[in-house]
Amino acid sequence: MSHHRVWVYGDHINTDVIFPGKYTYTMKDPTQMASVALQDLDENFASQVQAGDVIVAGRNWGCGSSREQAVTALKYAGVRTLIAASFNGLYFRNCINQGVHPIVCPGLADTLQTGDSIEIDLDEHVIVANGNAYPIPTLSPTVRAILETGGLVNMLRERDWPMAEAT
Amino acid sequence: MSGHTFVEKALARAAHADSARAGDVLDVQPDLIFSHDNSAAIRRIFMETGAQRIARPDRVAITLDHAAPAPTTQHAQNHAEIREWVRQQGIANFFEVGRGICHQVISEEALVLPGEVILGADSHSTHYGWLGAFGMGVGRTEMAALWATGELWLQVPESMRITLTGHLRPGVTSKDLALFILGQWGADGGQYRSVEFAGEGISSLTLDQRAVLPNMMAEFGAMSAYIPPDQAIFDYLERNRQRDYTPLYPDDDAIYADDYIIDLSSLQPQVAIPHSPDNVHNLSDVIGQPIQQAFIGTCTNGRYEDLAAAAEILAGHHVAVRTIVIPASSEVLLRATRSGVLQTLIEAGATINTPGCGPCMGNHMGIPAPDEATISTGNRNFRGRMGTAQADIYLASPAVVAASAIAGAIADPHEILIQQQAINASGAIL
Ligand code: SF4
Repeated sequence: MSHHRVWVYGDHINTDVIFPGKYTYTMKDPTQMASVALQDLDENFASQVQAGDVIVAGRNWGCGSSREQAVTALKYAGVRTLIAASFNGLYFRNCINQGVHPIVCPGLADTLQTGDSIEIDLDEHVIVANGNAYPIPTLSPTVRAILETGGLVNMLRERDWPMAEAT
Repeated sequence: MSGHTFVEKALARAAHADSARAGDVLDVQPDLIFSHDNSAAIRRIFMETGAQRIARPDRVAITLDHAAPAPTTQHAQNHAEIREWVRQQGIANFFEVGRGICHQVISEEALVLPGEVILGADSHSTHYGWLGAFGMGVGRTEMAALWATGELWLQVPESMRITLTGHLRPGVTSKDLALFILGQWGADGGQYRSVEFAGEGISSLTLDQRAVLPNMMAEFGAMSAYIPPDQAIFDYLERNRQRDYTPLYPDDDAIYADDYIIDLSSLQPQVAIPHSPDNVHNLSDVIGQPIQQAFIGTCTNGRYEDLAAAAEILAGHHVAVRTIVIPASSEVLLRATRSGVLQTLIEAGATINTPGCGPCMGNHMGIPAPDEATISTGNRNFRGRMGTAQADIYLASPAVVAASAIAGAIADPHEILIQQQAINASGAIL
């Protein structure tokens, strides 16, 4: 069981808002990415977010571009769990592959305000908020394995790669 | 046992499985993978995995298109890094600055074929459904994994079917159809689904028109989209294809999560207003909205017919606001040069830029000033998309954008055509 402070947002928050497109080819450092996270949506977020905070949003979080900096920026801002009524499919995949846990939980955002706290119990597969329990959907074994290893890169690091032939 | 959807068949084939159902998780080996200006960033992730060589460089494509030619030293350095990587790894399909936008170039080059699977580090990789292929966008980490291993986990999506009947009326385009779909069912109407088009309405759409639909299904939340390929598609691919292929079609008794029918003849021109592509209105409701910039281009509507449609409206007129035309590829540019379309556009006061993405995602060549409104043929009008958070973006078909450029406000191309006909007719009488 873990306690988390929440940041609550609405429906259809797109990746241009989560991580502005103008930085995509110029910003390389993930900590710097974290400093502009949600810049155009919530000016307090980047300066006040703390490690362990959780975002709770409405429908279609992460719609738009495939840019995974929209996950990286939040990850390096300390957000390791995202809860939304639904996720854009690409965004959901980007989360898994970077070891950030996306939890589909319709209705939760409506009951919370930014600054509230929730409890997440991964063993029991529940989120507890305002005394109510919300189920956490189970993931397929492949997907869970990637998440538990901390993402796709960690997963690949464990492989034995053939050495490059001299060129 | 019910039949299979297109996506179930295509992903089963790419995973070397006998069959697959929605919900199955498969390790898929795509026929082609591609990336663009983001390739240098992908390379950095690739290096972190410990891998040293790209598994199948013959099935990798890279285009330089998102900020091309380079607008800053930083962008130029990014391009230089990518060129070096292409050389080192022997990447077979590399397209330099000016060749055009990834989706258009890969289609023209026939690098992916009907029934195949293509994964791209770009959200509009749904595009390839216009060729009857499965196309899906992936993130940078996923592309790094694909370079390293040649395969990726995918969950087979549920499918929805959109059956098209009838014909589009004159002045109505597939862009209007795509916007209509978004307006009807919302930006998450196709979330994590394969959107499979069907019906005799498809054959009435020209190839350039068809490419718009799967492209814009990215705005619908779709994982992929599909148009059943016909002889026109096979002929298109014949010039350049380098391997054989077997197209795939869904079974008649396949199961769809949703099943919609659209009568093409019932549609009218549509405009998406700020700040979401599903904020869609009839053109007639937004006429007169002032704009300060018009942009004709992008992977959605930067093809030859789009430029020709704009030229038809602009012929004999002069634009009232700055009008930027960016052909989707060098092939489009060449064709428009040869046919005289380019001359018509330039005479009308438009400016032509290097084939590529241009200002679509705010990199360069047409960034709006704060408080300015742009009308664009692109696919996305999120706040800040074109580089300026306080600027409005309207999305419409090339003809509507051209008419609006003349008026300096959102305008109906039909009225301009009628005026032209009247002038021509009175000229004939005199
Ligand atoms: S034209 Fe726009 S939408 Fe198309 S690939 Fe380029 S940036 Fe993306």
